[in-house]
Amino acid sequence: MLQPPLPAAQFWRLTAAGAFGFVALWSAVALSGITSRQFMPAPWDVVERFAQLLVEPFAGHVLHEHLLSSLGRFGMGFVLAVLVGIPLGLLMAWFRWIDRLVTPIFEAVRFVAPIAWVPFAALWFGTGIGGPVLIIFMGAFPPVLINTYRGAKQVDRKYIEASRMLGASAFRGMTEVLLPAAVPSIVAGLRISAGLGWQSLVGAELIVASSGVGYLMVKGQAAVSTSTVMSGMAAIGIVGLLIDIALRRVQQAIEHKRGI
Amino acid sequence: MTSAAAPATPRAAPPASPRAAGRGPWAGLGAAAAAAVLVLFLWWLATSATGFISPARFATPAEVWLALKQIVVEGYSNARWHEHVLRSVLLVTMGFVVASSLGVALGLAMGASRKVEAFVNPIFLVLRPIPPLAWIPLAIVWLGLGDAAKIMVIFVSAFVPSVINSFTGVRQIDKPIFEASAMLGASGWRWWREVIVPGALPSIFTGLRLSLQASWTTLVAAELIGAVAGLGTILNQGAQDIYPAMILVGMASVALCGWAMTQGLGWLERRVMPWKA
Repeated sequence: MLQPPLPAAQFWRLTAAGAFGFVALWSAVALSGITSRQFMPAPWDVVERFAQLLVEPFAGHVLHEHLLSSLGRFGMGFVLAVLVGIPLGLLMAWFRWIDRLVTPIFEAVRFVAPIAWVPFAALWFGTGIGGPVLIIFMGAFPPVLINTYRGAKQVDRKYIEASRMLGASAFRGMTEVLLPAAVPSIVAGLRISAGLGWQSLVGAELIVASSGVGYLMVKGQAAVSTSTVMSGMAAIGIVGLLIDIALRRVQQAIEHKRGI
Repeated sequence: MTSAAAPATPRAAPPASPRAAGRGPWAGLGAAAAAAVLVLFLWWLATSATGFISPARFATPAEVWLALKQIVVEGYSNARWHEHVLRSVLLVTMGFVVASSLGVALGLAMGASRKVEAFVNPIFLVLRPIPPLAWIPLAIVWLGLGDAAKIMVIFVSAFVPSVINSFTGVRQIDKPIFEASAMLGASGWRWWREVIVPGALPSIFTGLRLSLQASWTTLVAAELIGAVAGLGTILNQGAQDIYPAMILVGMASVALCGWAMTQGLGWLERRVMPWKA
């Protein structure tokens, strides 16, 4: 039988034990002398390095400047994915011939992992802004398109037929019938997109970039500074989490307004 | 597509692909063929016929054919095509099988026992938001550019989604099922085998699909950064040689293998859950 929730005191005891066990194990490995501290830093070494990176430039910039440049690229790729994905999804839902034409191409291209665009991204757009943005776009675009399309396809045919009969143009049909109905699905897609886009960005910056958190990690790796690499991982995780929390707020607000 | 209910890195519930609302399978196939022909024609028109896109930026169909022949017959970037494919696919399969078996077991245990959940959860809160690709530099620092580092990143990327989805799978089982199984006296091993596992299976497979995609992407990225052989090295070498045709061959191979492995998992899913097909 599935157990009832634990009493709060016991839950927190176990949680604290788990967290403590994790930190203790990590510290024990770091201090045991199996490897050097540079190779396997203790948790407090990473915290210290993280704080140090905030004031002392590494790989050209301090940590929050790297983060800002990552966020800038992320924002561009994500906005581009939204600007292409939502209209295309609506067009595919409204015009069957566009659907027929785009779906097979999309299905084929979708199987190319976003990271596999790295060589072309570098070849076409260089390593500054354009290259990484293409990779983020490739990661963030599919969920926006799929969710817009699915949301718009769920609209009852009656409404579409009614709007046609009342003389609404295709443009008005898409923007005033399909789009409002698809909003909850689109927002759910945006959350997925943001996650995948952020992840693709990290990959892009590991390979084609000259600033950003990913770049900071590559430089840390080259300098065999594990604490720098781990600080980068922490920064990426925290920002990714914040982006998701922000989008979840938006999603909840919309769902609340719609009474879902 | 990689995809849902999980924060930061989306890792639960994949959105199904938009399918052409065709009249029977042939309509869809015809449209797909038409789209393929159109793309090929436009490609040929933009590159070979008019030179609108310069050959240094994108390859012509003929060049891609030559590149494909070259890599299959002579080899490129230290190995022939099938060797690259075998190496990448084997690495992913090994890492994926080990990581997802452990991950599913842990996820089920977390789902079935509140105590295990409370104990393990803090570690997951820390690990979960870190994207799989972000583990690559750490793996390189610790293990270098060899297979061990690849296995580490594959393991990390496959482990987290399988834990999370197996866990949610158990928690989503309807309460009456638990009550009925308790009343009928299912306990111990039978309880696991006949209540928990089948109940959580759909969600487990969602997790496995996400795990597989994540580990495939991560491996390609890791190979792009540094490896002796594997599909990622084709891309890397192609980029260094500015050889667009070979880059295209590499990308197509990545897509093909990803697709084939997903199909394999789908086949397994239908075998394991005949009631769902």
